[in-house]
Amino acid sequence: MKTFVVGMAAVLGATGLAQAQGKSAAEGIAEYRKMLEDGNPADLFEAKGEALWKTRRGPKNATLEQCDLGKGPGVVKGAFVELPRYFADTKKVQDLETRLVTCMEALQGFDGAEIAKTPFGRGEQVALTALATWIAAESRGLRFNLPQGHAAEKKSYEIGKRVFFYRGGPYDFSCASCHGEEGKRIRLQDLPMLTKNPGDGVGFAAWPAYRVSNGEMWSMQLRLNDCFRQQRMPYPIFGSEATIALGSFMGVNAKGAESIAPAIKR
Amino acid sequence: MNLPIRTAIAIAAVVAIVAGCATSPSSQDLDREAQAAMKASFRDQGIAKVDRLNQDLGQAACSSDKPPSDAVAERIMAEARASVEWPAGGQYFGDWREGEKLAQSGRGMTWTDPSAATSANGGNCYNCHQISKAEISYGTIGPSLYNYGKLRGVSDLAAPSSQAVVEYTWMKIYNGKTVNACSNMPRFGHVGLLDPQQMSHLMSLLLDPKSPVNSQ
Repeated sequence: MKTFVVGMAAVLGATGLAQAQGKSAAEGIAEYRKMLEDGNPADLFEAKGEALWKTRRGPKNATLEQCDLGKGPGVVKGAFVELPRYFADTKKVQDLETRLVTCMEALQGFDGAEIAKTPFGRGEQVALTALATWIAAESRGLRFNLPQGHAAEKKSYEIGKRVFFYRGGPYDFSCASCHGEEGKRIRLQDLPMLTKNPGDGVGFAAWPAYRVSNGEMWSMQLRLNDCFRQQRMPYPIFGSEATIALGSFMGVNAKGAESIAPAIKR
Repeated sequence: MNLPIRTAIAIAAVVAIVAGCATSPSSQDLDREAQAAMKASFRDQGIAKVDRLNQDLGQAACSSDKPPSDAVAERIMAEARASVEWPAGGQYFGDWREGEKLAQSGRGMTWTDPSAATSANGGNCYNCHQISKAEISYGTIGPSLYNYGKLRGVSDLAAPSSQAVVEYTWMKIYNGKTVNACSNMPRFGHVGLLDPQQMSHLMSLLLDPKSPVNSQ
């Protein structure tokens, strides 16, 4: 923690320096992220996730090592950059987190509905986030290539597109209000345009990510949850069809983008 | 039965088209399924209830990557113009200092906000607009409002020559869909996000010659 505080002070100094040297705020922030990369606390969640994968747990006292993330039982490398995808056993398109819940239920005997109801950062949701962080890290440097061969995968993309543009709530916002145009910002925060490939390690290719501002590890489900909060929408149910369809839409749009997840964010 | 070969090909083609329809849903089917998915994917939390998903004409018509038809856009703007309530007693202006505070505040209407009362809401203005020169942390989704009044020739708020821009600005804050059917800007007056007094403070921030927006 001490190193981290010292690091933060150095970073804040660097940001000030960047401004003094006439660099843009975005360049200063990029520099700040670069400096943090050597010590991304996501590493801790990654290590915890790997241990959880291999540990006998749950009512069935089993590991997750036979979990099929889409590339066959036990295949982890490369799975993340092909999710969400269709799974024949559940007859559903699933994202990483909902697929993990399926495995925790089938292999370990956990109650999936109970996990879905658990708030982020509590109980088995903590395990889920760590697992997702490790599984994402195993695909670091690979490029997104979601399958679109199954009719359900094509449909998930089309529904995701409609969810992305759905305006509602007291502010009339949709995802597209902030992420539908190139080169926009909220305050100083750059907003990726998500209706096309936003580039390597940007948008869908950066989450899960460690958030320095609140010291939390955020999964994609939590990232979407907070987007909807800021849209002033009601609460998206964990693993609901709209959230998975959005993953399909952003993931397919990100085809060819390099995954840097788990990333570090301000 | 000996079918002529061309008839057999035609029948095969029809079968293929029907089968094709059965596996790839039409755009309207997908619209309906997306609506159903939205309804099934959210729940109430705090002040943010699922009825927030119910769309009015403008929200529904502006929910795709294509703009609505001219006729629908005209209807949205006409309904928006009819929605505008002008300030009682022509009280368009308040205090630009209060306006700056409201412009800075991004609070309001999320499920983590305890109250939906106007007093609990900020204007969220800097999230999307440049306004005063001193604030460098501003968003760019909306146009810059720096020198808003000055650029529009407002040197005296009470002058008859200022009347048109004063009314336009009130209308835009009250309901931005009056001038752009699919505007990204929330309808602060129409939806009850801000009360008339709060809007009058924002009016002063933008138009008062003494406001830093125009004086610096």
